[in-house]
Amino acid sequence: MRRIISATVLNESGVLNRLTGLLTKRQFNIENITVGHTEDPAVSKVTLTVWVEDDRKAEQLVKQLHKQINILKVRDLTNMALVSRELALIKVLTTPDTRSEIKMLIEPFRATVLDVSLENVTLEVTGDSEKIDALIELLRPYGIKEISRTGVTAIPRGTQKKVLELHPYSIM
Amino acid sequence: MKASWVAEKNSVETSLVSGAELFIQGLQNEEVDVLFGYPGGAVLPIYDALYKAEMKHVLTRHEQGAIHAAQGYARVTGKPGVVLATSGPGATNLVTGIADAMIDSIPLVIFTGQVATNVIGTDAFQEADIVGITMPITKHNYQVQRAEDLPRIMKEAFHIANTGRKGPVLIDIPKDVAVKTTEVKEHPGIHLPGYQPTLKPNILQVKRLNEALLQAKKPVLLTGAGVLAAKAEKELAAFAEYHQIPVAQTLLGLGGFAAEHPLCLGMAGMHGTYAANMALYDCDLLIGVGARFDDRLTGNLDHFAKKAMIAHIDIDPAEIGKNVPTEIPIVGCAKETLSALNQIAADKGDYSDWVIQLSQFKSEYPLTYKTNESELKPQKLMQILHEVTQGGAIVATDVGQHQMWAAQYYRFSDPNRWITSGGLGTMGFGFPAAIGAKVGRPELPVIAVVGDGGFQMTLQELGVLQDWGLPVIVVIVNNKSLGMVRQWQEIFYEKRFSHSLLDIQPDFVKLASAYGIDGKLATTEEEVREALTAALASKKPFVLDCVVSADENVYPMIAPGKGLHEMIGVRG
Ligand SMILES: Cc1ncc(C[n+]2csc(CCOP(=O)(O)OP(=O)(O)O)c2C)c(N)n1
Ligand SMILES: [Mg+2]
Repeated sequence: MRRIISATVLNESGVLNRLTGLLTKRQFNIENITVGHTEDPAVSKVTLTVWVEDDRKAEQLVKQLHKQINILKVRDLTNMALVSRELALIKVLTTPDTRSEIKMLIEPFRATVLDVSLENVTLEVTGDSEKIDALIELLRPYGIKEISRTGVTAIPRGTQKKVLELHPYSIM
Repeated sequence: MKASWVAEKNSVETSLVSGAELFIQGLQNEEVDVLFGYPGGAVLPIYDALYKAEMKHVLTRHEQGAIHAAQGYARVTGKPGVVLATSGPGATNLVTGIADAMIDSIPLVIFTGQVATNVIGTDAFQEADIVGITMPITKHNYQVQRAEDLPRIMKEAFHIANTGRKGPVLIDIPKDVAVKTTEVKEHPGIHLPGYQPTLKPNILQVKRLNEALLQAKKPVLLTGAGVLAAKAEKELAAFAEYHQIPVAQTLLGLGGFAAEHPLCLGMAGMHGTYAANMALYDCDLLIGVGARFDDRLTGNLDHFAKKAMIAHIDIDPAEIGKNVPTEIPIVGCAKETLSALNQIAADKGDYSDWVIQLSQFKSEYPLTYKTNESELKPQKLMQILHEVTQGGAIVATDVGQHQMWAAQYYRFSDPNRWITSGGLGTMGFGFPAAIGAKVGRPELPVIAVVGDGGFQMTLQELGVLQDWGLPVIVVIVNNKSLGMVRQWQEIFYEKRFSHSLLDIQPDFVKLASAYGIDGKLATTEEEVREALTAALASKKPFVLDCVVSADENVYPMIAPGKGLHEMIGVRG
């Protein structure tokens, strides 16, 4: 299953290395990872999407990450109510005939055109990963030259349904 | 005007200290009484400061020897072992010991020299990225960027190494950082917001375990090194005795509960006793304490404690539920948790049938071996060791058959007398570990039980015995083979003894003598007894080369992939 894990880490050299090294050592496959500063410049937030076999594996992942000295907090966001976003830049081949067609097509996705040349356009789209996947599939027949995706970043919603908040593991 | 300016400048100058001096101060603050190390270019400034401070330093003959010695020291003293090595090859020579300490949770603080900060990353002479290399095998590691950071980093390192689940912490010090002077400031104190080990158990879970005990008919305790790390032997004995729960131990947990105790089932696992393994197989409540359910202990997990409710007490939450699904998880230190359990204990279950059944297993299926007049049996050798030392020695082993025989037949009654490489199974560990143990506990007899193979991996440390006149007794269990490998080849590879027979050997007695150390060859029980007794009395280093049966195997044994109940060779 797909898990979204968020880790708050001290912004020190090597911390990202330590985190990804741990995932490699324990055979977790990172689908994507984003890193950035938080409101506190000494602290960074890492959001990871990983595939794990079952809940026990997911629990291991959270606990192993938590054990790292410069990782402050780890949360498995998967079962929480989330706001999650990813940004993608997509370069699509165009001909004079297809250009306006593509413009129509991307409109419901609120994608914007960042760059236009004779043979292609570059689009920017933000949303959850499924939305981005869907847009890519629609554009594929036109010929995609290049894609660059940032990976997911996420934050729990301000209000959580109580049931969802329950942590599946009872270690404490 | 001018005069006062000079005076002020001077007073500032006198309060300036170098990184190397801060290093010495840091060691003194932590009450470090000995370092194990090896010098080199990048640590010259540090060695110079050591020289001036007259710190006790044991110069081993290889960095691997230094780190294993520090491990032995830590095991018997409960204090972190301190290691110092130079950059590049000095640092990489430590890697095996660091991995060993990590997997067996041994507290170490390791200092490595590094090339100067302005050339880091340029493939400078003797540069190795030791922080990167050791990231997955240290509890934490640091590279010091500024001399003024050193006091805080050292304080943090010692704290991290010896609290929570203990482990190795490495501090990499670039040469210029050791040289640079800085003002001494008040110690900034440690800042570790991401590190707060849980010591006190959750009382609700403790109560759940207490209730589970009332429901149980066949409870068993499985105790590991966590009991020793927490110094919880007394609490464990009180708990087991109050409820009358039989105790099985892991390889590293030996000594945490006295072998002679009627409730003691001995060691469990691949070469464990019949009673201990059957207790784990058949129990209805398994209480793990400071043990991590490693595969050599559990055998095939599909057959492990299948009828049991599992309770697991561990200081490391990540160990709970890692290998075995756990109904009662208790995060906490073994000492605090067991005393909490002892405090709330009131009603108790009646396990007498179970205890009687296991006692019968103990007497019907004891550890046995076939004796034979013409040969010295390695198992007998361990029994003689126990007899001559009255069970009171510190025993450090290497890895292989002799290690298992020592675990089985040197019946440990006291904590912190047993030093062995469990998780990593590092050949070459035993002899230097014995040296470190002797440095840490000079008043106790120390015996290194080594194989003829493994001894040759670190025997250059005989130089340390010679140098310090350290009365460590080296007992070579000489079966002229890499015995454990030979055993597996005999059983699982149709006796194709591929590169496991060591017919060509040095004369170990002559080798000892080359280092100015007395030695003897022993081929009979009597010779062993005599030589050992004399060696113990002499208070001098000694090497005893014991020629034992070459084709003896370690039994009982659980073949890979088999369950704990599928032991072979139970009757010996
Ligand atoms: C550094 C290292 N290399 C290889 C091994 C694999 N190994 C495990 S036991 C063993 C044989 C050890 O032989 P010896 O030291 O003579 O002890 P014995 O088993 O004969 O008692 C070997 C090669 C190991 N554990 N460690
Ligand atoms: Mg051998």
